[in-house]
Amino acid sequence: MAVKFDGGVVVAADSRTSTGAYVANRVTDKLTKVNDRIYCCRSGSAADTQAVADIVSYHMDLYSSQHGERPTVKVAASLFQEICYQNKDNLSASIIVAGWDEQKGGSVFEIPRGGSLHQQEFAVGGSGSTYIYGFCDKTFRPGMNREECIEFVKNAVGLAITRDGHSGGVIRVAVITKDGVDREIVYGNALPPQYTG
Amino acid sequence: MTGTPLIEPNSGFKFDNVKRNQLLNDKGFMVPTATKTGTTIVGLLYKDGVVLGADTRATSGTIVADKNCRKIHYMAPNMYCCGAGTAADTDFTTEMISSQLALHSLNTGREARVVTAMTMLKQYLFRYQGHIGAALILGGYDVTGPHLFTIYPHGSTDKLPYVTMGSGSLAAMSVFESQWRPGLSRDEAVEMVKDAIESGIFNDLGSGSNVDVCVITKGDVEYIRGYSQPNQRVAKEQSYRFPAGTTEFIAPKTRTPAEEATAMDVSA
Repeated sequence: MAVKFDGGVVVAADSRTSTGAYVANRVTDKLTKVNDRIYCCRSGSAADTQAVADIVSYHMDLYSSQHGERPTVKVAASLFQEICYQNKDNLSASIIVAGWDEQKGGSVFEIPRGGSLHQQEFAVGGSGSTYIYGFCDKTFRPGMNREECIEFVKNAVGLAITRDGHSGGVIRVAVITKDGVDREIVYGNALPPQYTG
Repeated sequence: MTGTPLIEPNSGFKFDNVKRNQLLNDKGFMVPTATKTGTTIVGLLYKDGVVLGADTRATSGTIVADKNCRKIHYMAPNMYCCGAGTAADTDFTTEMISSQLALHSLNTGREARVVTAMTMLKQYLFRYQGHIGAALILGGYDVTGPHLFTIYPHGSTDKLPYVTMGSGSLAAMSVFESQWRPGLSRDEAVEMVKDAIESGIFNDLGSGSNVDVCVITKGDVEYIRGYSQPNQRVAKEQSYRFPAGTTEFIAPKTRTPAEEATAMDVSA
């Protein structure tokens, strides 16, 4: 998931990659850098999303070289959309693009399976997202500050992990601002409080 | 004549026979199974580098096709790759990328990096959308340090400190999950790899025979073929030779190999 605040964005994800009932990687990093200030949250097929993210990352490098400045989050999201839409028959990829740029500050874009593009204040995706729509809609307020956003995503991803069998491992959080990216890991023993019976 | 091309394009897969095969299957003619390596392969990062391990059984259905095959493939002087899945696919894929790496190394004038091999492998496998059944564990030591990657047939990769693949991967992973810790010594690392592969050999029907190990450190590779051989054939309990004269004969006739070669059988 990703949340926008004044000054940047917070992105977060669980760390489980499964093949059937076996967990192939329990410490996956689903927050993939596309450029120094833009990250994408990958869900769906690992192979498809890694391939798409690599291609967009290449285009980001090329853009920076050619224009002499970093591309905006909208440009990155647009590139993701182009690939996901034109190859929709052959891809299983649901991606959230979030980052900071000089023009607009923080932005969050969601690209679900069909290849449509949606700019939002916050976005959730992946198999576990269905379990937290209610929590997110109730908890989110526009104008939250950085710390509130971090608490929000930790709680939300933690709840999704608890309920969804395909989500698990650790919670990876990254805060992207004009000054850079701060990454954090929340282990199972440090989850925000939840009722667990 | 008709508008058909004189030269058929040679690249990629041809799916022309799918319908024919389906009809044959319906009539009861099954496709023979490809040789799979039904494997246990592992990789492990330790203090000074990377240790790769593999069993040596290749299966064709339920029959063991090769009791002592090599599953740890050479990629570059500083990089080796274990392969699980379809034996032909792992052999050819690793050889192909190995040759591309050699050319790349000559072009750049530098020792190949593990991420380079990983990217070449993942982009190749992704292009074939999983039809190439190669599940690989790539390990090596380059200027940026030791690295260990898994590469799946569909083209996804993971970067981890310890990995297992193949049908025996769950058995091997249970060994690693209970014993691995950062900063292992060389001997501890090799023993752990041996334990993990043996766990696959004895608990997974698709894996068996011996343990091959490959230790890659800065500037040095030690490839130990048959590091552990826990499945040697036991000595036969008795001699099964029949004493000379057991079979009665009427009259002996010997022919030398030269006569055999020139003899012609003329049937009445």
